[in-house]
Amino acid sequence: MQNKVKLEQLNVHFGATHAVKDVSMDFFENSVTAIIGPSGCGKSTVLRAINRMHDLVPSARVTGRILLDDKDIYDKVADPVSIRRRVGMVFQKPNPFPAMSIYDNVIAGYKLNGRVNRSEADEVVESSLKRVALWDEVKDRLKGNSMELSGGQQQRLCIARTIAVKPEVILMDEPASALDPISTLKIEELIEELKEKYTIIIVTHNMQQAARVSDHTAFFYLGELVEAGETRKIFTTPDKKQTEDYITGRFG
Amino acid sequence: MKSVILRKGANMAMTGLMLAAALAVLVPLVLIFVHIIKMGLSSISLDFFTQIPKPTGETGGGMANGMAGSAVMIALASIIGLPIGIFGAIYLSEYGGSRISTVIRFAADVLAGIPSIITGMVAYTLLVVPMKGFSALAGAVALAMIMIPIILRTTEEQLKMVPGSLREASLALGVPLWRTSLKVTLRSAMTGVMTGVLLAIARVAGETAPLLFTALGNQFWSSKLTAPMAAMPLQIFNFAISPYEDWHRLAWAGALVLVTIMFALSLSARYFGRSRQKN
Repeated sequence: MQNKVKLEQLNVHFGATHAVKDVSMDFFENSVTAIIGPSGCGKSTVLRAINRMHDLVPSARVTGRILLDDKDIYDKVADPVSIRRRVGMVFQKPNPFPAMSIYDNVIAGYKLNGRVNRSEADEVVESSLKRVALWDEVKDRLKGNSMELSGGQQQRLCIARTIAVKPEVILMDEPASALDPISTLKIEELIEELKEKYTIIIVTHNMQQAARVSDHTAFFYLGELVEAGETRKIFTTPDKKQTEDYITGRFG
Repeated sequence: MKSVILRKGANMAMTGLMLAAALAVLVPLVLIFVHIIKMGLSSISLDFFTQIPKPTGETGGGMANGMAGSAVMIALASIIGLPIGIFGAIYLSEYGGSRISTVIRFAADVLAGIPSIITGMVAYTLLVVPMKGFSALAGAVALAMIMIPIILRTTEEQLKMVPGSLREASLALGVPLWRTSLKVTLRSAMTGVMTGVLLAIARVAGETAPLLFTALGNQFWSSKLTAPMAAMPLQIFNFAISPYEDWHRLAWAGALVLVTIMFALSLSARYFGRSRQKN
């Protein structure tokens, strides 16, 4: 399997706090990797490092390397904006732009960058919404307010917005934790489909979800990577006692 | 039992005292309104809005040139002050966090507290002296200096209230920070920013002192930005200190119009604030 993103001795500090410690691991192309672990274990911090979201936090310091197609995204000449165009992100709480219509939200990545072509835009909106199975639900009210959608619809809209700019990697930070079980199921089915085209990295609190949607799983504890491997193996015969204890619900 | 009665009595007494203090805030405002309406309303006529002041001795005339002059100078002050205030606020809120931001913030607060007559003197030294003459431009610059700290601080507060999740959503789409700040953060805060702008305009609309050494005032129509220009507060001031009964009446009418305009501006600022909360 082709490796798409590679962490090499990644360390993240926030001021005096050492949030991520010496993490090295691989994420593979066209597969879903789940990052699990108890709260505060650094899993979201790792995820945000992969599209340089920490750049905006003055106290954050990232060291080590993150290779995207074998190029270090923290290299001096690497441009965070072009990296974020290749590595999209879906957040825990659905965050459509409240002042924009459904249509404008999907096309936001183009619109905010000031390069929209009408006919191309229509096509991108339709294909992106179809891809997240939202098209039939909203095709009659594309100009309507995005905040009138349900939480699950909003999250699918956010995913549509992310794939509209044609990224290569999609980071998902607990994308279903604010949703009801039915919406969660739809998001999970969507993840399953999206991996045909994208490399997906998902942080989740929910171990059943990790087991259901992912091909690979990484278990983090206190900022360190305890164990990473194929999901089936992590959930049935983990190498480390700590992983087994967490998976079986003995702590965390 | 006795102590309970005492306690309840003390509570009522204190409540009454605080209510009285709160109501006292209203007293000056009501007095100003009642008095100005009483003195000014009878002098308001169509002439007041269309005529310029008549020469001494003649009755009638209006403040049309003063209103136009105020409008021109406020517009010019906004053209200067809005970009500086808003862009500065974006820097403080979206890029700042370093020591320089703290310094700028403190400087803006000090600037906001500087007596406006001193602002006028600064504009006099910076513009009137080198340009060898009083001018509307100098007046506008003086007004802009008063507007900038108000707009800067209110805009910064509004930008900080925009949820970080919206900025992140935009950045994660590969939108550069400057575009994110303008098109997402500022746009989301726009109604609040407008409230601050309206309040800043209301504040400078009534400023007299900074215009004394800058725009100077003008008895006639003038559209030249490099020449002295009339302004409502200046005309009110000049007419009020004059010995003529007719000019006093114009001053009262001017005061009424000015207070009404400021009242309307404050009301619309509140309206903007209200409609923002609904979202």
